[in-house]
Order: sequence, then C-alpha cells, then structure tokens
Amino acid sequence: MSINPELAGRVYPAGEPYLVGREKIREFAAAVKANHPAHFDPAVAQELGYADVVAPPTFAVIVAQRADAQLIADPASGIDFSRVVHADQRFTHHRPIVAGEALTAELHVDQVRAMGGGAMITTRAEISTTSGERVATTVSSLLVRGED
Amino acid sequence: MAVEFESLAVGDVIGETAVSFNRADLVRYAGASGDFNPIHWNERFATEVGLPGVIAHGMLTMGAAVQLVTDWAGDPTAVVDYQTRFTKPVVVEDVAGVSPTEAEGTPVRIEGKIGAKDEDARTVRVDLAVSVEGQKVLVKSQAVVRF
Repeated sequence: MSINPELAGRVYPAGEPYLVGREKIREFAAAVKANHPAHFDPAVAQELGYADVVAPPTFAVIVAQRADAQLIADPASGIDFSRVVHADQRFTHHRPIVAGEALTAELHVDQVRAMGGGAMITTRAEISTTSGERVATTVSSLLVRGED
Repeated sequence: MAVEFESLAVGDVIGETAVSFNRADLVRYAGASGDFNPIHWNERFATEVGLPGVIAHGMLTMGAAVQLVTDWAGDPTAVVDYQTRFTKPVVVEDVAGVSPTEAEGTPVRIEGKIGAKDEDARTVRVDLAVSVEGQKVLVKSQAVVRF
C-alpha cells in the first residue's frame, strides 16, 4: 500500500482533550532526566508564576503523537506504522504547559513528499487549551519507508 | 536567570555534558511518553525490522539533550523553540552479567554553543552537538532561549 498524496492539506480536528497531570509531568521529567524543581514541586513553580508544576520542553510530544495517531490510524492515509521512522521534530512554545490544563491538538498535514519507494509526511499539531488559548505548535516529519 | 543576555556572543560555548541510557531508561521513557514501539524494548523485533538492536527513542535523546540548555538558562520555561533532526539511532545494548537497571548504558555526549543572537527579541539560539562515540545522532539541534 502506498501513501495517499492527497493527504497534504488535510486537517484532523481536535479530539478528546488531554488532561495534563502533575504526576505525568513528574514522570516525564524523570524519564528525560530533567531535574529542575519546577517540574516536581508546585511551590517552586508558583514562585515562578505558574499555578502548578511546569512541563519540560519536549512534553508536548505526548499530545502531538496522540494527534499523529489519528492520521496513522486513518485507513485513507495508507501509512503502515511498522514502517514509520521519526525524521525530525520541532516545538514552538507560545507559553509553558502547566499541570491541570486540558489541551487539544488540531492536526494539519502540511506536506507529503515521495522519497524513493516511500514518503516523507510533515504534520503540524496546533495545541491549545480547551478555552482556545494557544499553547504550543509542534511540527514533525515521519519517514514512511517503502516496501523492500 | 544567572546568565546575562548582554554578555553573550555568537560562538560562546555554554557547556558540555553527557547522559547515558540503559534499557531501564528506555522502558521508563516508553511509559512516560506513551510511545511503546517495540523497537525500543524488544531485541527480536528491533533486529527483525533491520535495526542493529534496541534503540533509544529519538525523543528521549532530544528531551535529555536540552537539559544542558535549561540548566544553563536556569529556567526550563525559557526554551521557547526547540528542534532537531534524527540522523542515527542510539543503540542500547543489554549487557550480559549486568543488571539492566544498573548498566552504565550508552553514553551520549552533548555540547552547546551560541549560534545566533537576536537583540530585539532578546533570544539566543543554542546549537547542540549530540553524539555517540564521535558520531552525530542529532543534527540541526537548536534551542531558542528567551531572556
């Protein structure tokens, strides 16, 4: 099965909100070996002006990859997940992610390029709170390897 | 913030560090991130899809590498933009005779220097060199720090 070139320009609407948990931020920070106390201690985060612990710079990947999963699961996309390689990733933070927020991600397929027998798909997730405040924009490229 | 924006110049080295990943680190990141692709924890599956062995999540390397920048800036929320390309897999071996949770793991070396400075926006771009045994595993790895 090959990648559908008409995917480019497609938009997947925001699904069910992702609730950012304090324990998930702590767990993620520990996993990436981040040690700033603002990821762990609400009192420290509050001194910095945030309502609760703040997420490390790459935490938004959790929300972005849930949005990407919609595309990969879409039978119309033609993507075989076992052939997907993460090629690049970018995070642009409009403001930090804080525990207690409900986030949604609208997924945009920005580009589909044929690469050998496969394709490079660039997606963009516009992450915002459920009340509409922009939080982060993530862009990732997935290389879908062609059939051997 | 401990670092003074005014004193920074393009080419300044912000520091260097190393971080190591063993199999337990990969499992921990899988759980924390929700990325349970078996190439990150199952040797048989990883080799069947043509990899040299179990590899670290690219996002684990990216997430850990930026610590050099956040430690330097003293504030993890100062990183307003961060990007990278993943070029080479970081292989994490299951070393015989050593507990997987205590194995030294694969050392990843991280060096950062200032690649650009924007006086109006009061930001600097830190360019990260991230390598394993002298081979780059991330390229165009750039973090923008706002002062």
